[in-house]
Amino acid sequence: MSESERRGLRTVTPADETGGASSAPSPLGADPVVELEAAGVELGGRPVWSDLTLTVAPGEFLAVLGPNGAGKSTLLKTLLGLIPTASGRVRVAGRRPGVGNRDIGYLPQRRSFDPSLPVRGIDVVRLGLDGDRWGVPLRSTGPVRDRLEQLLELVGATDLAGRRIGQLSGGEQQRLLIAQALAREPRLLLLDEPLDSLDLANQAAVAALIADISDTEQIAVLIVAHDVNPVLPYVDRVLYLAGGRALVGAPEVVISGPTLSALYGTPIEVLRTSDGRLVVVGHPEAASYHPQLHPHEAPAG
Amino acid sequence: MLADGFTWDLGSDLHQLFQFHFMVNAYRAGTVVAVVAGLIGWFLVLRRQSFVGHTLAIIAFPGASGAVLIGISAAWGYFGFCVAGALVIGAVRRGRPGEFSEESAVVGTVQAFALACGFLFVTLYHGLLEDVNTLLFGSFLGITDAQVRTLLAVGLGALIALAVIARPLRFASIDPDVAAARGVPVRVVSTVFLVVVALAVAETSQITGALLVFSLLVVPPATAQAITARPVLSAALAVAQALLATWVGLAISYFTDYPSGFTITTLAFAAYLLVHGARWMATGRHRLRLAR
Repeated sequence: MSESERRGLRTVTPADETGGASSAPSPLGADPVVELEAAGVELGGRPVWSDLTLTVAPGEFLAVLGPNGAGKSTLLKTLLGLIPTASGRVRVAGRRPGVGNRDIGYLPQRRSFDPSLPVRGIDVVRLGLDGDRWGVPLRSTGPVRDRLEQLLELVGATDLAGRRIGQLSGGEQQRLLIAQALAREPRLLLLDEPLDSLDLANQAAVAALIADISDTEQIAVLIVAHDVNPVLPYVDRVLYLAGGRALVGAPEVVISGPTLSALYGTPIEVLRTSDGRLVVVGHPEAASYHPQLHPHEAPAG
Repeated sequence: MLADGFTWDLGSDLHQLFQFHFMVNAYRAGTVVAVVAGLIGWFLVLRRQSFVGHTLAIIAFPGASGAVLIGISAAWGYFGFCVAGALVIGAVRRGRPGEFSEESAVVGTVQAFALACGFLFVTLYHGLLEDVNTLLFGSFLGITDAQVRTLLAVGLGALIALAVIARPLRFASIDPDVAAARGVPVRVVSTVFLVVVALAVAETSQITGALLVFSLLVVPPATAQAITARPVLSAALAVAQALLATWVGLAISYFTDYPSGFTITTLAFAAYLLVHGARWMATGRHRLRLAR
């Protein structure tokens, strides 16, 4: 279900046409959280993308778009140091990827939890806090409990603390997983399709929550999305990956008919609905797009 | 059996139960095994890896019968074969916990061959081998002091190893991608856990027999995890059920002619049925209420 990807919501600034150099808006003049310089990645000997140059500032909200297989998840894994770069230079919080993962909150593509799994909401959040440490804590200490309460409050999931994760709705699970990713006060959030398989109301709510946290805590956010619309009100820039190339730019500049037509070499129109949603028409793979047909999640019990 | 018989006087029953040293040793060994199986099984069930436990148990059978055949203690066969099996599985398996589908045919093949080898060893051994039933379905007779000490030492070692990896293991079981991103050595932790499971299986096999290890390793933890999602409480409940099933099962077996493998398994199964029955009733009533 990534119609918008296949239709190719695509964003380019004029300066990006040659390869994607971009100057990040750096409101505080702070050190960038993510720096890629002409970076490239290969999987199984085949290049996924190359010549990617990108700088992300603290508090910046960046959407990563592109068709299936363009390497969006690969980009996140590269920043985590799980996939090595084939060329170029990558720095996360000034260090090589994989070295400072404590500073990164990561939400992989949607996981499913067995309803009978004996893991409560609060356990999921706690994993983010100290799940990687050796040994067994039999009791929660005061500071740990306080931090967990704070995190649950931050994502509005206080009443989910005692419920089994697998019995919660997709939106509720996503809130807890975001709290888990935030547990150690990261400087960077890497979110892989966090809105996938949520209904429209939850997509909007979770997107607003992420944007709010990014803003107040000055956390840089890279959000992989198959539909730009739920995050459109919040994104500062979009990164588009396609055909091994990467393009960065402001959404309103880039998501336009001429740009997308040029990129795909086929006539593409971008329509704006009365409520501000972008609909891209004309890409060969895009028969139609019906966001309301997304699988709706079960109501919370 | 050797007893005068069961009375309704609990004191007299306990006195009868422990008047012979072999019975004291049966309870010592059973207690060690129940604690080890309850705790390690709790993680096994959490990881949806019961199938691996079963495979290791099947591998235990030729190990034990082979050890007897060449004239060493069956215990060494259990431990040796289980740990070797765990290392092999750890080396060849791919994918995530619970995802064993692509290897199921391989595992099934190995299981069949292991059982056949065990049968061969038992057949070749014409001497004093207790009998094949003991290896497959367990026995509490003739456990020596040395055996109890070995069970205790190995069990403690396994539990200490489990305690060290417990938190990253839980993280990797629930959320392998995030755990890996956070620097948890997922593969190492999984393999260490397989070895820990192998030790638990080898210990449990010596009480319940190779085919009934699930009665302590899987059934009590599964029951406990259905009762509560609180991790420490459900692990404690798993141990409590394993202990209760072992203690009461051994007593019933002592006073009656029913084999301990049957009594222990039946008690564990009864608790499982009770809890799932109660849950089913509760959700059924809940649905009924919603329907109105």
